[in-house]
Amino acid sequence: MAAVRVEEVLAAAEEQEAEKRRSVVVEKELELEFDLGNLLALDRNPPPAAGLRGAGPQREAQLLALARDNTQLLVAQLWELPAERAGGAGGPLVARLPEPTFRLPREKPPPRPKPPTRWEQFARLKGIRRRKRTSLVWDEQAKEWRRRWGYRRAGGDPARAWLAEVPAGADPEEDQFARLRREKRERVARNELNRLRNLARAHRAGTVVPAAPLHPTGHQSKEELSHVARVARVSTASLGRFQPRLPKESAEPPSRSGGRKRRFEPLLGNLAAERSRQLELLKNMSSKKPVLDITRAVNKQLRQEEAEAAAAKGKKQSQRGKRGRRQQRTGRSSKKSAARRQQQRPGGGSTGGSKRKKA
Amino acid sequence: MRPLTEAETRTVFEKLSRYIGENIQLLVDRPDGTYCFRLHRDRVYYLSEKLLKVAASVPRDSLVAPGTCFGKFTKTQKFRLSVTALDFLAPYAKFKVWVKPGSEQSFLYGNHVLKSGLGRITENTAQYQGVVVYSMADVPLGFGVAAKSTQECRKVDPMAIVVFHQADVGEYVRNEDTLM
Repeated sequence: MAAVRVEEVLAAAEEQEAEKRRSVVVEKELELEFDLGNLLALDRNPPPAAGLRGAGPQREAQLLALARDNTQLLVAQLWELPAERAGGAGGPLVARLPEPTFRLPREKPPPRPKPPTRWEQFARLKGIRRRKRTSLVWDEQAKEWRRRWGYRRAGGDPARAWLAEVPAGADPEEDQFARLRREKRERVARNELNRLRNLARAHRAGTVVPAAPLHPTGHQSKEELSHVARVARVSTASLGRFQPRLPKESAEPPSRSGGRKRRFEPLLGNLAAERSRQLELLKNMSSKKPVLDITRAVNKQLRQEEAEAAAAKGKKQSQRGKRGRRQQRTGRSSKKSAARRQQQRPGGGSTGGSKRKKA
Repeated sequence: MRPLTEAETRTVFEKLSRYIGENIQLLVDRPDGTYCFRLHRDRVYYLSEKLLKVAASVPRDSLVAPGTCFGKFTKTQKFRLSVTALDFLAPYAKFKVWVKPGSEQSFLYGNHVLKSGLGRITENTAQYQGVVVYSMADVPLGFGVAAKSTQECRKVDPMAIVVFHQADVGEYVRNEDTLM
């Protein structure tokens, strides 16, 4: 009786030992892939098919066991990392994880590019690039580095200056400090207005984009809803031709351009209005011209200098050069013209001769 | 046939203003009647109101050309002046180039004007300014773009190009079938 008991006890103890070891040692057909940086283990082994079929407590238990085994393998890997005690001998054991290798997909879609603001559009048109400037500048008076803008800026805040210059031509009685404050207030207000305008434009642009989501969201404006309804109505095989109408819906199917039609002025419309519109356009175009065309101005300057130089030269040489040349020319032309006269006399074409001489 | 849109009008006027400057006003606002620009098959025609009313009754397919063709819109919506516009450019041209009799023919065959063929040029012509080309007898021959400013013209060698050819009256013979 006692012997049997001892054997039983021994068997039970052995079983317990084996149970413990089994919980630590996990056998897998295929090795798991680990990415310790993300604390990630990838199990490529096929799941035990028999136990997973059908819902029930058995499946839950199977899944739990699988998860536990894999976690065990992951933790075993973690223990193999070099570890040290943080904060002396009695501190917690800390291991440094390696760099993650598995590239996780991002949780949310990437943000949409913001539509450019009015200034960005303009800057792009003109090719204006952002200049990088340091935010700190050396303040000579304070003998320290200070911000370029804002509170405690270098050179002192002009709004807080104790002295304000009265500009030339300004009313001497006018409070210059008040003027500065007022202008600043206006600038701030204008900036805010422009910011809101940009927001509004971005919002409007968002509704026009055809790729805008058509699924219902929290709140949709009237335009968005009508756009969605229009798209839904023509999204049939017959392009909405045989689609039953909703109450209060118009009879003709909505056009694919969203109700906007390409319209031209009538051929024989109001011609006087057309003319005045064109004249207005011309006025606009001429007013946009730059005030100073630099190349033209430079050319003009060059021409003037040349003319002056030529005039100066002419004055110097006037005494000697002109007379001699004139004598030569008269002599030569007289010979030629005499010959010509002789030739032309029989034909009698005196006018042609005189014309050619002019040219 | 239809009136030009705002953008089209602007394109046409910008091109015309390179040659005749603010004299476009004289084309738009004429004392001798109402004249207008109309678009027909991508070409811009300049015609009087009277002619417009007559042409309006002609079917589009049968209508070859109402009025004077000024040029055509390319498929990228640029505007090209054609030689048929010369009659309206020549009297209002701000910058002119006169070509010597010897190189008249070369220009009329579609070549650029060289310095050697340059008879006279308007003072103060800037580079790339639209110019109207005349013969020495003041007959308009075509138009083009100044390749050199007047100052530079004096210094360049005789074989240098002075005016880039754009259109000349020789096209009436050479491009007879495509001109309309």
